[in-house]
Order: sequence, then C-alpha cells, then structure tokens
Amino acid sequence: MYKSLFLKNGRIIDPSQKIDSVGSLLISNGKIQNLLLNNVNSASIPKDCLIIDCEGMIICPGFIDLHTHLREPGFEYKETISSGALAAAKGGFTTICSMPNTNPCPDNASIVRDLIKIGDNTKLRILPIGCITINRKGESIVEMSDLAQAGVIGFSDDGDALKRSDLIREALLYSTITGLPIITHCEDPSLITGKGINEGWVSSRLGLHSSPSIAEETMVARDIEMARLTGGKLHLAHISTEGSVRLIRDAKKRKINITAEATPHHILLSEDWIMGWAENEEKNLTGPSILSYVTKNTYDTNSKVSPPLRAKKDSQAILGAINDGTIDVIATDHAPHSYFDKATTWDDAAVGISGLETALGLLMTAANKKLLTLDRMISSLTTGPVSVLGLKWKELESLKENTIADITIINPHKKWMVDSSLFLSKGRNTPLDGMELEGKIAYTIRNGEIIYTDK
Amino acid sequence: MYFKQKELHHFNKASGSNGEILKPHLLDVDTFSQEDFNLTFSIANKMKSIYTNGPKKSPLLRGKTITTLFYEPSTRTRISFESAAKMLSADVINLSVDGSSTKKGESFFDTMLTLQSSNIDLVIIRHNHSGAPYLAAKYLNKTLVINAGDGLHAHPTQALADMFTLAQHMKTLKGKKILIVGDVAHSRVARSNLIALCALGAKPIICGPPNLIPWDLFQNIHNSSSSPFKGIQINTNLDQAIVDVDVVMALRLQSERHAKGALPSLREYANLWQVTSSRLAKASPNVLLMHPGPMNIGVEISQEVAYSTNSVIQEQVSNSIAIRMAILLLMTDQSEALNV
Repeated sequence: MYKSLFLKNGRIIDPSQKIDSVGSLLISNGKIQNLLLNNVNSASIPKDCLIIDCEGMIICPGFIDLHTHLREPGFEYKETISSGALAAAKGGFTTICSMPNTNPCPDNASIVRDLIKIGDNTKLRILPIGCITINRKGESIVEMSDLAQAGVIGFSDDGDALKRSDLIREALLYSTITGLPIITHCEDPSLITGKGINEGWVSSRLGLHSSPSIAEETMVARDIEMARLTGGKLHLAHISTEGSVRLIRDAKKRKINITAEATPHHILLSEDWIMGWAENEEKNLTGPSILSYVTKNTYDTNSKVSPPLRAKKDSQAILGAINDGTIDVIATDHAPHSYFDKATTWDDAAVGISGLETALGLLMTAANKKLLTLDRMISSLTTGPVSVLGLKWKELESLKENTIADITIINPHKKWMVDSSLFLSKGRNTPLDGMELEGKIAYTIRNGEIIYTDK
Repeated sequence: MYFKQKELHHFNKASGSNGEILKPHLLDVDTFSQEDFNLTFSIANKMKSIYTNGPKKSPLLRGKTITTLFYEPSTRTRISFESAAKMLSADVINLSVDGSSTKKGESFFDTMLTLQSSNIDLVIIRHNHSGAPYLAAKYLNKTLVINAGDGLHAHPTQALADMFTLAQHMKTLKGKKILIVGDVAHSRVARSNLIALCALGAKPIICGPPNLIPWDLFQNIHNSSSSPFKGIQINTNLDQAIVDVDVVMALRLQSERHAKGALPSLREYANLWQVTSSRLAKASPNVLLMHPGPMNIGVEISQEVAYSTNSVIQEQVSNSIAIRMAILLLMTDQSEALNV
C-alpha cells in the first residue's frame, strides 16, 4: 500500500487560487503536501509513492454536488446511499449533498444522524440537507437548530415549492440563527397543469399538460424579495428560465444574499429533446432534427424532468449566466428512477434525470466546443458550491497545501459513449443514452485515497 | 403507397431486423402524403358501397383478431371501429379499462405484452394520456396499433373521415378556407384535422377564446417550412373569421378539461363563439358544417344549424365507418384484393 500519491505534470486548475498552469501535486496522509507549479525532476519525487502521470489531464479540486437525490430511506429500488456514492465518484464528485425527499424524510435530528452514519460507510463525503417543514408538508418549520447541530448543511423541501408565502418568510428569518441556506424549488403549483414539460411548442404539439416558465419566475421573484426582507441566506435550486436569470442578475446587483444553481441538462438541452431522436441520428448538443412529426421515440420520458427542459433561448440564457457568474453553481439534480417508473405514458412517468455520471462529460463537451469556459465550469463545481455551504467547508474548494486532498482528474478529450447499462447508479434514466461525449473523469481522489479510476 | 411512404419514417420499420417492411401502425396523419390520403379515400369509397348497398359482410379480414382497448369512454368511435371490423369478418374483442386488469394495477407495459402473447393482430387504442399509442407501438412487434384518440394529441381516423367527407363535396381542398371554431386547445380532433388540412393545401382558420387556442398556434411560431402547422390563421372574433369560409368545423366545448373558472360562462361563450344561422349566413353560400360529436347543442352550435341542409354531420358518422374499414384493410395488407 502506498502512503503517498504523486500527480505528475497535469494542467492544474484551481479557481480559488486563480491557478491554471502545468504542475504536480504530492499527496500524503489524506492532505495535499506540495503543490508544485514548476517542472519536476524525478529525483525530487519521494519513494513509496504511487505516481500518476497526468500529462494532458486536468487536475482540479474535487467536485461538490449540491443537489443529489439518493432515495434512501424509502425508495431503495431507485437508488441507495451506497449506489449513489459509487455513481458520484465515477462522476468526479467527492462531496454530495443529499436531498430530503425520502420516506421518512430528514425533518428531525435522529434521521439526520442516521443518514450521516450510513454516508460515512461510503467512500464519499455525503452532507445531508434537511427539510424546511415537517414531513415536507409546507405547514410547520422543522427544528432548524437541532438539525444544524446534527449536521445538515441547509434546508429544502425540494421537489415541491413552499406554497405558503408566510412560511418561506418565517423560514428564511429563522434560519439566520443557523447561518445555513434555505434551498428553494421554484415552481408555483397553481400555474402548473402538468409536471416535467415546458409550456411551449412541444407540449402544445404533443397535447401535454405543462409547466410554464412563469411558474418558476413568480416564485424566484417572491423568494428573492423574501431574502431581501429577512436577510436569510437563499439558494435557488435548478434555475431554468431566461426570466429567472434576469431576476437573479438584478438581485445580485442589489446585493441581496442569494446564490443560484443550474443543472447540466438545463444548461445544454432543450424541450426539443422530448420530440425524440431518429433511429440512426447521432445525438448532439444542437438537439434532435425531426421536429415536424411525431415518432415512437417522441414522448421520451427520460427527458421528463422538473423543472422541465425549456426553450433554446432559455438554455442559452442559463449558459450565459454560468459563464458570467450570475449563476454560481452547477448541480446535477441527480434523480434516479427505476425502469418501470419511466416505461409508461408521459403523464404517469416519474420526473427526473439520473445525472451524476454524465454531468462532467456533458459539460466538458460544451467546454471543448467553447460554449462554456473551463474556469467557470470548474469553479461552478467547487468554489460555487462552497459559497453556499459556508466557511466550514472552505478547504474543499482548493488545492492549497495542507488542506484535504479531494481531487478530480479529468481526461478532457477522451471520447466515450453514454451507455446507461454501465451506470453505477441504479437509475438509468437519462436522455443522453447513446450520445458521444468528449471529456471523462480519469480519477477521483477523496482524502488522499483513489475512489474511482477510469479503466 | 401508404406503406411505401412509411418506409421514409423510421418509426414504422421493424427495428433492428434486416430492413424488412414494416409495422404500419396508424398513430397520426402527420406522416401521410397526398398519395396516402388519396389511396385511403379510394378504398373507403369501395367500402362505402359495401355497407350502403349490402350485404354488409366481406370476408377480407376473416381470421384476423382485433382488440379495441379503451381507457376512456366512447360510443361513436368504438361502435364505428367495431362495425367496420365486423363487416370485414374480423373477430373483435372489446376491452375497456373497467373490465380489464388495469383496475387490478396491471401496467400498460404488461397489458401490451398480454396482447402480443395472445396473438392479437391489431389493437385499437383510445387513451386519456397523450402518446399512449406511441408507447404501445414501441412495445409491440407483432401487433399493429391504431390510435383511436390519445389525450389532447391526435385522432387520426376522425381526421381521415373528415377529409373523406370533404373530398366527397369538393374536388380539391387546395386554397379552401376551413374555419375551426371552439375549444381547439383541448381537441385532438382539431390537431389531426389541422395537420391533414395543411397537408392537403387548405387554408385553415382557427377561432375561439384566446385561452382555448393551443399555445404554439396562438404564438404563431410555426414559420419553418417543415412545420405541419404552417400558414394557419388565428382570429378570435367569429363574426369576422367566418366571412366567406367554405367549411365550418365546430368543436365540442370540453368543459371537463378546463381549469376551474377559466371561462366566464356558457352564456358568454355561446354569445361569442356559437355557430348560429345568422353567422353561417356570412360564410360562402354552399358552406359545409361539420362537428366531430358529441354536440352540445346551444353551446358551440345552435339547433337550427346542426340539423340544417348545410350540415354534413351525419355523413361524417357514416364515412368514419368506411374510412376505418379502409384503414383496417391497408394495415393488414388486404387492400390489394380490391385492385385499387
């Protein structure tokens, strides 16, 4: 067993220190021992050390996913904490934050402690998010201080918006005693006639009840103003519309204490994907070509996600907002489901995309096409999430010496085909199946230990 | 031709096999070419003489098993399909949700497998969820699927029957002004009819309350030349929209599907969008009046108009049987026996 790891001559990108240069890293005892930004001669490499040749690879701080559905307890047929952890490691994530829409849900400290115990048995750092309200019912706020002491990193009733405006106000105000963020899923249920598809030409063409952009935007506007009023820390989950971006940009100009996230699929896919791909068509970021008639590949339930994939102008606005920093975080909203949850009519199909194992590939493909800057891609997966998690987790965002060695190594030009049957997640529900992506995780290292190697 | 045309569209090819043709499901009319329409109409014409002149029996589908699978109540569509199949000597099994295992929790997937394992040749599906027949087509590789209406999406055999009815009154639909008035947003019949009308060169006009016009049509976003809906006009004012039109298609107001409180009242609706004789007088002199049924007399259509000489509503019903016979023959490859 090697005590140390030597990551040799990779392209080191660490947005927290504004580093982007060739260099090497020496890791021992779970910490980053040396960060070397000049050429290394082999004599200076210590013995008893596993050397990983990182030439042509990108070395960056380990990715943090603020938005992961692990389904345990209650829905273990969709995912377990341990299967989700394996999928996360494969996706380059060293830390993931588990969403609380489980059964039972973490609305009290003892469940949170259980979750942490189970998470500690995996190779990943799993940080639970607690509910905002008891049983996620939107009626009564949880014991926030107790949950915070048990170890939650924020509060969310994700999956549903908090309908009562008075309660979001109380929650934001009360949460200030913990300093933790309130994470909101912005979709006004009264404006939604059907989940998982944008109100637009596709929903209209296919005769599907839908969720309009305005359902998100009215809630984003409401929650921003509540954050302004209360001084609470607001994090807006999975932003998907151009209008929301405008509201967030404006709020940040007004110095309101908010952060926002977007998912890889909202950044790069559009509602056109629901029309389905022709049998021999190569999937690409432009979207499917057959838009004038309906095929049996239409009604692709693997593209059913909440908030829904939007119009192209929306995904372009989200992409722009990631690039200019208006949106701070890229999170997967990994939402695994079983085959039969999806193998049914659109109306009956479950909502969500299994995203951990395709996130980096999809983002890197966009980065290679210069749609997304590499620096923003990496900071949205490292410093961005830490700005939401708070100072306690500051170490995770950087490659500074004497900090925790959570590291992701990317092979930026490796081409690979998404094959959901090879997923480590139990959820194979991805619209990207069969798509060629450029960019793959090579190694994932947590606490100085290699937890994933691409073979 | 119907089948050859389908070759262009991957969804009717048996997937993964050695390129043999085809599983000619009938899911919507959006893949129909002009020739497909004409072929269907010419067979329907022959069928019409079978059941109007009698005897109402032809052996062409003897030995074929056809199932109607209805997840939603229906009288006319079901009767129409059943009599079409029986006149062609097919064995018909009627399944409705109440009588099937769906009530016991059987999934759609398993129901499809059951049909396939029972060697059903053809299944006619009506479903309250848009897209369900497409899902059936995805699962079934021996049984053919006919869409008898799915959610708010499509109703191809009704559209074919309507086009067939029009074809019997006018040589061509090219340039004809066809007004569709009423609850377009909730009408699968309107969707399929619009596709067929555009394909046949007609000039459709849509009229109704702005919140009952489909979002994409109301926003007029179908500019691309490949769109099946390009060139459709929108006018919410019926008195203007009806001027000089050749055909008026009234639609049922599907109040059961509306958000609560979204329409002020039936009274106001009737005032603004009911097809009345005074409004019909503004249309072209020989205007044809259609309605897919069932009608709410006094809401979207007045009594004197519904039963007037302009009305071809009853023809639509009898033509729908002829069209469904034609479709059954085409799909089971029996149409050649007719030498059309």
